[in-house]
Amino acid sequence: MLKTTKFGVATALALVMSTSAAYAETIKIAFIDPLSGPFASTGTNGLHQFEFAAEKMVNEAGGVLDGDMFEIVAFDNKISPKESLIQLQVAIDQGIRYIAQGNSSGVANALTEAIDKHNRRNPDDRVLFLNYAAVDPALTNDKCNFWHFRFDANADIKMDALTDVMAKDESLKKVYIIGQDYSFGKAVAAAAVANLEAKRPDIEIVGNELHPIGKVKDFTPYSRKIVSSGADAVITGNWGADMLGLGKSVIENGFEGPIYTYYAAGSGITGAFGESGKDRIRLIAQGEINPIATEEARQMYIAFKEKYPDGNIDQSRIFNVIGMLAEAINEAGTADDVVAVATALEGMEYESMWGGKLFMRPQDHQLIQDMHVHVHTNEGVEFDYDNSGFGVVTESSVTMAAMDSPTTCNMRRP
Amino acid sequence: MDLILVNLIDGLVTGLLLFMLSAGLTLIFSMMGVLNFAHASFYMLGAYFAYQISLALGFWMGLLIAPLIVGVLGAGVERYGLRRVHQYGHVPELIFTFGLALLIEELVQFLWGKNQMPYDIPEVLNFTAFAIAGNSIPAYKIFMIFISVGIFIGLLYILTKTRVGMIIQAALSYPRTVEALGHNVPLVFMGVFGVGTALAGVAGVIAGPVLGTFPGMAFVLGSIVFVTIVIGGLGSLWGALVASLLIGWITTFAKSYNVRMEDVLNGIGISTPTNLDDNLFRDFWTITSPQIADILPYILMVLILIFRPYGLLGKRDA
Repeated sequence: MLKTTKFGVATALALVMSTSAAYAETIKIAFIDPLSGPFASTGTNGLHQFEFAAEKMVNEAGGVLDGDMFEIVAFDNKISPKESLIQLQVAIDQGIRYIAQGNSSGVANALTEAIDKHNRRNPDDRVLFLNYAAVDPALTNDKCNFWHFRFDANADIKMDALTDVMAKDESLKKVYIIGQDYSFGKAVAAAAVANLEAKRPDIEIVGNELHPIGKVKDFTPYSRKIVSSGADAVITGNWGADMLGLGKSVIENGFEGPIYTYYAAGSGITGAFGESGKDRIRLIAQGEINPIATEEARQMYIAFKEKYPDGNIDQSRIFNVIGMLAEAINEAGTADDVVAVATALEGMEYESMWGGKLFMRPQDHQLIQDMHVHVHTNEGVEFDYDNSGFGVVTESSVTMAAMDSPTTCNMRRP
Repeated sequence: MDLILVNLIDGLVTGLLLFMLSAGLTLIFSMMGVLNFAHASFYMLGAYFAYQISLALGFWMGLLIAPLIVGVLGAGVERYGLRRVHQYGHVPELIFTFGLALLIEELVQFLWGKNQMPYDIPEVLNFTAFAIAGNSIPAYKIFMIFISVGIFIGLLYILTKTRVGMIIQAALSYPRTVEALGHNVPLVFMGVFGVGTALAGVAGVIAGPVLGTFPGMAFVLGSIVFVTIVIGGLGSLWGALVASLLIGWITTFAKSYNVRMEDVLNGIGISTPTNLDDNLFRDFWTITSPQIADILPYILMVLILIFRPYGLLGKRDA
């Protein structure tokens, strides 16, 4: 009896070992973003896009290196920097080498600092930070480090492109700036003021205001101030529930002009704006959805809708993150040595299926790409958001936006 | 001057909405002595049910049916949940309602997903009622005011003028005596709990289209409701009304006017430090009122707890 048990255990063990050897390894990417609370929808939709991109672009194409597969591991940070650091530690303890995060620059600031420290102290299990949406300029300037890569254009680059479009509108005389009260909201406001002063000194900034992030129940008082200030246009960097609350309230309370935004699309926002936001809401973003940039992107979008009928590809840069990471790992020939992968990412040029060429600027790890100003409408929309019939249509584009923009980044390399 | 009037109306709408939530909560507290942490979750359920019903039968049926469903659910929670837990004391009851709140949030996310629902104002009410100096007042806001005031008057009438109301009030203070007189006190408790949650449901139905119908809506409003009934006095309906309106107006006015901390401090005779950038209290000096508007009710609550622990209109000593 004892012998058979021993034999059984031995065979089982051998079986386990042989199976794990037969399968290629998985490369885990930790996704640390809000999956509960007021910003849950933004985080969850991002997660779906990551999982889908990894599945379609890497796993179904045979993986990277010798058939290594990508796996996205989700961690809920409840949008709290403190919680994020705990989750980061859990991810590192699980042996994960790649950290993806995007929602809230407050979180990104905490993560990039923690990762920099961790990598200095633990040269044997270093990790990379793939920032797909946190756009506080400081992350690629004063606070830059070798481990952080930003795949979205930063707030300054976006505002530069956005104000280019605004400056052409001669009827624009008064502008109101409102945003969430944290590093990103402040960065947007500062960039808007600086850009407008340089490009259209005649435009008067009639309001420049911050409100608490994720805590405002009713935006009516803010809308009242905007309307009574006589503003012709509103600029806001708001996202998630704050974007929708502000936008709806401003329109309901009698504001007539355009609203220039960073993130007023997808995650239920487009559906909820519907007719009321038509031709009024503009947003600056990378990636062309309508008209779609390439046939590959079209097929990708159709496949995505099959898997997530209620979802949207509203952060197409996530596909760029996966694509560029896969290419970097292949080029480095390893997924374990993140220094090699980071070196491969630096200066990489990549053709995005969502249109245009991407260039990871080596001096600050800021991705340089085409920026587009989209308008919220239901005309000429092939891929709508939230199944609402409404979507974003590209109105104007800036090629390789801010290619030569200065950076204060003084990167320390390992 | 015009803006003051507009802000008064906006604050009134916010305050009345808060009142509908806190009225039910404060009634339930005075009855059972337990704070219902899941109260805001019933508000969320109201909005989601109404959205689902409005897809098939239109907004008005949603307004009618959704609170009823929420009320029945609430009564069920009291009958089959709280009543059983009650014998073990207050702490298990608290934990029960807390768990229920988490459960409802997860359930809503499971059924409807995490995205915001496109639950909109009905076409009939989607116009501007009137405008004051360029600030339009949507008709829907006026509608919200009428609904809430109607509910308040109805509630007040039932509680003070009818036989049912008398039994409820008696059962609140002397449950054993009322029971000895042959009234079914557990039924009264269940009824009050049902009506309280139904009120929260109504609030959800009419607030859903303006404040957004998303899984975080209970969380966003949850804590402020407790603050309201603490300020008003636990168990006092009038207190809940006064506190709700007070909070509505305080937050609205604080957001509408950019009062700077610097001006306030200068006003009471403290001069601005010369080199503000290096100053330890720089953040404190540069605070403006819209930034702290949503914290003001909490500051008010702390002050009330210090100087008048039983609340503005509360009867019982803390």
